[in-house]
Amino acid sequence: MSAADCLLEMETAHDGALILRLRGDWTVERALPASEPLRLAIAGAHGVRFDGSAIEAWDSLLIVFLRRVAALAHSHGMNVDTSGLPRGAQRLLALSSAVPEQPGAPREDGQQTALARLGASVISGMEGLHVLLTFIGEMVLAVGRLAQGQARFRRADFLLILQQCSAQALPIVSLISFLVGMILAYVGAVQLKQFGAQIFVANLVGLGMAREMGAMMTAIIMAGRTGAAFAAQLGTMTVGEEIDALRTSGFSPMDFLVLPRMLALVLMVPLLCLYADLLGILGGAVVAITSFDISFSQYHDQTIAALELRQFGLGLLKAAVFGVLVAIAGCLRGMQCGRSAAAVGDAATSAVVTGIVWIIVADALLTILYDVLGW
Amino acid sequence: MTVGNVVHVEVSGLTMAYDGRVVQRDLDFTIGRGDIFVIMGGSGCGKSTLLRHLVGLQQPTAGDIRYNGASFLQGSPEQRASLLRRFGVMYQQGALWSSMTLAENVALALEQYTTLSPAEIRELASLKLALVGLAGFEDYYPSEISGGMQKRAGLARAMALDPEILFFDEPSAGLDPISSRRLDELILELRESLGATIVIVTHELPSIFSIGTNGIFMDAERKTIIARGNPSRLLAECEDPKVREFLTRGQHR
Repeated sequence: MSAADCLLEMETAHDGALILRLRGDWTVERALPASEPLRLAIAGAHGVRFDGSAIEAWDSLLIVFLRRVAALAHSHGMNVDTSGLPRGAQRLLALSSAVPEQPGAPREDGQQTALARLGASVISGMEGLHVLLTFIGEMVLAVGRLAQGQARFRRADFLLILQQCSAQALPIVSLISFLVGMILAYVGAVQLKQFGAQIFVANLVGLGMAREMGAMMTAIIMAGRTGAAFAAQLGTMTVGEEIDALRTSGFSPMDFLVLPRMLALVLMVPLLCLYADLLGILGGAVVAITSFDISFSQYHDQTIAALELRQFGLGLLKAAVFGVLVAIAGCLRGMQCGRSAAAVGDAATSAVVTGIVWIIVADALLTILYDVLGW
Repeated sequence: MTVGNVVHVEVSGLTMAYDGRVVQRDLDFTIGRGDIFVIMGGSGCGKSTLLRHLVGLQQPTAGDIRYNGASFLQGSPEQRASLLRRFGVMYQQGALWSSMTLAENVALALEQYTTLSPAEIRELASLKLALVGLAGFEDYYPSEISGGMQKRAGLARAMALDPEILFFDEPSAGLDPISSRRLDELILELRESLGATIVIVTHELPSIFSIGTNGIFMDAERKTIIARGNPSRLLAECEDPKVREFLTRGQHR
């Protein structure tokens, strides 16, 4: 069928009513007739009638046209007589103009003054701080219950989390810490060589890894890996009302979900950190031996001389603190996750960002503290 | 409107499986043009899976699905695409795209498949929303409206291209009885005025009896269709204890 675009003829009946004769195809592949002539014709008429007997095909586009006509007619205080139209079209028109049960309220405008936005962001910042402090307070209470042996969580859950954030993290921790050790060695050795003191690269790598880089790199890996996973797990549980179900069954989500995760990280991040320290020193040794003419035994002796066990202890203390921070960031973002699936992604992203920021800030504070205490 | 005279959908020997585990085997049935076809059965018998096969989201292990005589599974990608254009699917939770307003949800397919002007598309989208009782909600995001409204908005989106056939997955799930009945009336009205074929997966008995013109009853144990026909007539005549139990809410075995 090759009917032309929505054909419309207008004529005025002797009672002064406008008769709209519709012909051809009124489907969405076509174009609607211009509305200007229609507006003029309706403005001068005493009522509107239709003759749809020559319509060959129609769909929603016809209804759109009819709604336009009806709106124009109503604005001139006229009603339209739809009896000349296909029955289905009449019914759809009636259905579409039925009063909705809940008329949509006009949406508030998104425009705000700069001051209002500043105020809103300060308020939301204060609320965020309040939520954080509440969360930390609840967690301290949960740790207290744990110390008294009253906290309830499932052993199997704990062991699974322990495995996820220890053994399964080994490959990536190995790679990163080995490479960081190598990088430290290169950066240091090139400078030290100018003084013929390249043997001190062992001190640099050893101290750097043990006191600083081992803990920090491990913590950042764990923030990206485990912190995000915690946020996603708890966020999904929030969306699926699993956390509400725990609450109404008399379990504290803090004890049941947050405590095992925090324990796992506090135990495992120092272990991973120790492993990272050793691999980093190994990476430094590889560079020193292959590129800077230092023998293995020289490097070994120099490292032993430079490092006391205390240095490792200081790094492990940092690692434990970072473990707590990663756990708090991950669990906090997961627990305050919104109720939609999209919120889970936001929670995971936010957990990583929060975790890394906290790690770096805490690292700076701890480094200053160590210096002040002369450790 | 004549019901069931012209065959619209023809399913033959359809076998569906998940990971080699057969859900239903050798399904044979036809859906007539203008039918309101109800897919019935207990939970877990594969009703929603059958719907997913009918709209091409899953591939059967055996059998064929024909629309207007043309195979949906063996056709070229172009044929498939042109068939898909005439489908409307309403998902259980509405499945609205969360980053778009209701009007944009409805308009997306119109922008893709028609050459209408943005103003006309907007008018069409408003029309579809008005048809499901959501006039004035064009600029709302899905998260800002209730679950029942999301479902109706999902129906508006399903109707965007005036489909020949509309699929509903559990349209009444999670709706109160009044909203559920309104939705049934809306479905009836749409079939009357648009002449579309309707395929519904549901176990809502009131709507099965009030709108269903034809249907099948699947069983999870026997893994096939155990009864077929008009639901009211099934209630009156079907001898199968399982079907009777289902249609009478377990009151008569």
